[in-house]
Amino acid sequence: MIRLASAARAALAAALLTAFAFVLIGPLANLALWSVAERWYTPYKLPVTYGTRYWEQVFRPTGDAMASLGTSVWIAVLTVFVALALSIPAGYALARLKLPMRALFMVMFLLPQAFPSVAIYINVARGFYQIGINGTVLAVVLVHAAHGLVYSVWIAAAAFASVDKDLELAARNLGASPLRTFATVTLPLAAPGIIASGIFVFLESLDEFTGTFFVGVPQVTTLPLLLYNAAMGGNYQVASITALILLVPSVLFMLFIERFLRADVLAKVGV
Amino acid sequence: MLSQRQLALILIAPGLLLVAALFLYPLGFSLVSAFTRADGTLTLEWFAKAYELYSGDIVFTVIIVLASCLLTALAAIAIAGTLTLGDNPWIVGTLKALYRWPLFIPFIVAAQCMRTFLAKNGLMNNTFVSLGLMEPLSATSFLDWRGIIATFVWKQTPFVALLVAGALASIDRATLEAGRNLGASRLRVLIELALPQVMPTLLVALVLSFVTMLSVLSVPLMVSGSQPTMLTVDMAFRINAYGDYATANALGVITYLISAGAAILYLKRSMAKEATS
Repeated sequence: MIRLASAARAALAAALLTAFAFVLIGPLANLALWSVAERWYTPYKLPVTYGTRYWEQVFRPTGDAMASLGTSVWIAVLTVFVALALSIPAGYALARLKLPMRALFMVMFLLPQAFPSVAIYINVARGFYQIGINGTVLAVVLVHAAHGLVYSVWIAAAAFASVDKDLELAARNLGASPLRTFATVTLPLAAPGIIASGIFVFLESLDEFTGTFFVGVPQVTTLPLLLYNAAMGGNYQVASITALILLVPSVLFMLFIERFLRADVLAKVGV
Repeated sequence: MLSQRQLALILIAPGLLLVAALFLYPLGFSLVSAFTRADGTLTLEWFAKAYELYSGDIVFTVIIVLASCLLTALAAIAIAGTLTLGDNPWIVGTLKALYRWPLFIPFIVAAQCMRTFLAKNGLMNNTFVSLGLMEPLSATSFLDWRGIIATFVWKQTPFVALLVAGALASIDRATLEAGRNLGASRLRVLIELALPQVMPTLLVALVLSFVTMLSVLSVPLMVSGSQPTMLTVDMAFRINAYGDYATANALGVITYLISAGAAILYLKRSMAKEATS
């Protein structure tokens, strides 16, 4: 009896796990199938003809997708540059210096993520339109940087906080100036955390849709906007291939993030 | 010579300036625009108009987001509970390897996945028909409110499960073991002993998911093309079709209030808890 019951339980667990795997992987499998389906229509349950025609179309050097990929990467690189230029000094001030109203400043950087963003972006777009930068790369970079600042500032502050103060004091005792101590001791030791925050900001920028939708159109077409336009235009193959391209950095990030973001830095985030 | 405080303020100023210009200023502008007429006098007429045109969508948005949060919570508790209390290493290992995948998948990619998966002739219905679970003629498209909820739950569950599993891993195992030894089933140990201890983490994760779902434009745009729809789509429509900032901003203020409601519920609960402890 007991044996039967445990067998039934194992079967139930296996069935639940299979259902879970189906729900989790099914949508991704459907995406992958569409990317290699040259013809797929009802009532066929699987693509009628397979092929790489659409991949060739997407990866043609002169195609829309390559231009969008270039735009996306260029915007993401600039966003990382802006976000780090702002968050390295800010993170250092938050971690190391006596700062009045520190908690308030920490929350300030969180706010852009804590509010429903569409209502903010429509007004940003209006402001950008008035000063004539709507639809430019600069506008998109600024929006992405403001959005990513919470990650870069909070992680930079945590990274600086986890640097051993005695090492800085030792450098100072040996006669190094404060600036030199920062450049040769503090910054290199905090670098892994800061690089991780940069990767985070890069990915956020690469994946961002809503902000670009309002301040970038019609001139700036990033990969998410290309995906959207292809999907709404009924071109499922191009939409699926674009989606797969967007997945690559996300998966790499998931596999490698733990190397950069050590537990001791992670424990200090937001503190 | 600068004092340390002045130096700190100078170092943090550029970052704050960007947040002020691209968040505080537009936020203030949205409030002003929602409550005033073109001549600057105060009015509530934009809210009346928003209510008249979109009251259905307001209710729809709240229900979608609440239902998604509830289902996300249930799925996340089931996953995190199995990871912590499961004794079959094969099941725990498989689950651990699988559940995190949607975590870093962008919403727009999730939306495109679901657009194909949940369609009338998508992989889901096709699989059910092939397995003989469904008649081909009774296949229907799920690309409406159900599709939006499915996408949100699919995308947010790993995030909530990750946080809850982390919290479950750090609670005192001895209590849980004691419960098991006294003959309580694993489900009962999870619900009565483990969950109350990780409730704060679960609620934080859910409030964050709630605000995220209220902000996403791509999922309702792509997954459900029909009416009723979510407020994010209505705002984009008011702007792109009519340039009607006043009504769009009134809808925006309504979304602020909905997310503030979630935050207040959370704060009230944690304060009540502090008062009793």
